[in-house]
Amino acid sequence: MRVDSVLDTVGNTPLVRLGRLVPGDRVRVWAKLEDRNPTGSVKDRAATWMVRAAEGDGRLRPGATLLEPTSGNTGISLAMAARRGGYHLVVVVPENVSVERVRLLRLYGADVRFSPAAGGSNEAVRVARELSAQHPEWVMLDQYSNEANARAHYESTGPEILADLPEITHFVAGLGTTGTLMGAGRFLREKVPDVQVVAAEPRYGELVYGLRNLGEGFVPELYDETVLDRRFSVGPRDAVRRTRQLLDVEGIWAGVSSGAILHAALGLATQAEKAGERADIAFIVCDGGWKYLSTGAFDGDLDAAEDALDGQLWA
Amino acid sequence: MSEQGITVRIPTILRPLTGGQKHVEGSGSTLRELLADLDSRHDGLSDRVVDDGTLRRFVNVYVNDEDVRFTGGLDTAVADGDEVTILPAVAGGAGGR
Repeated sequence: MRVDSVLDTVGNTPLVRLGRLVPGDRVRVWAKLEDRNPTGSVKDRAATWMVRAAEGDGRLRPGATLLEPTSGNTGISLAMAARRGGYHLVVVVPENVSVERVRLLRLYGADVRFSPAAGGSNEAVRVARELSAQHPEWVMLDQYSNEANARAHYESTGPEILADLPEITHFVAGLGTTGTLMGAGRFLREKVPDVQVVAAEPRYGELVYGLRNLGEGFVPELYDETVLDRRFSVGPRDAVRRTRQLLDVEGIWAGVSSGAILHAALGLATQAEKAGERADIAFIVCDGGWKYLSTGAFDGDLDAAEDALDGQLWA
Repeated sequence: MSEQGITVRIPTILRPLTGGQKHVEGSGSTLRELLADLDSRHDGLSDRVVDDGTLRRFVNVYVNDEDVRFTGGLDTAVADGDEVTILPAVAGGAGGR
């Protein structure tokens, strides 16, 4: 494959069957390896689509400064696009993300600002929205509300999965900005009448939920619950267990958020097997294991990993 | 309360209502009944989760890790041995935003 820019290498990722983890032909589970994108995560899709949309409508001109709240991956993707497009990038990152993410952001040239650990990404969003008010000339693409985030998956992830797996019965992805589920979910619903769209949401330690008043929570503007059929909460223990299983049994080294999504996918596989139904379940591997090396997810037994992840934004 | 009731995980913000307990036990055949049962011992708890007969927008409730908004809301069936989790909605989520 020969292309003009690294941005042209986003997408067209492989869909790999997990035939050892889920043997047999009636129920099959398929991993969409999004770590094969140029910065190593699914977020390259949203970032390139959002940047192109902002360039197209004239909001983003050479020399402009981008601003984004991110726990890492979107920031790294935007930093790549910013390098290529000649933009500056300011990212607001919760201070409890892994050190690899901060290092990578700086290597790609981003100006990293920290938000308090307590409250997690909610705080990063709040701080970024304050900075945006102070610097109206900065361009905040805002992955939580930007339609180009979901459209990236409507136009790329969804069609790729359908082309590789026309017999798909379930699509499972993580729920963060909700862009992947909303975009690919809508596309698949239009093409595959009975497809089930299922969300896996990480359940963090208590620090992340903080003392948030229940009247002041955060639901991304992109989120439309009618696109989903089911939604599961997955804790760090199950996420780490599945991440390790994916490595041990299938030889695929993924990040911990992908383990959480795999946990939900395997739950659906078990339900289909018990019901005697056919299933072809595609799920998203968001990124590889690299950025999680320092988190403790791969060290010691499950108890140790669970303790190590407590208080971190592990997905 | 039966010996093996329904275990409910309480978020930090609601623990003043449960005397600081992280987990409480309750009973009922639906989530609505369970919350009413909890409210009889932890006054005000139900009101923090439910508003005008529906779940509050920024509160998520899970029965055995599944979001009840997709399983019948407050009418979701519960039984002894189930685990119920109450959490505030955060800008979190898999995929490393």
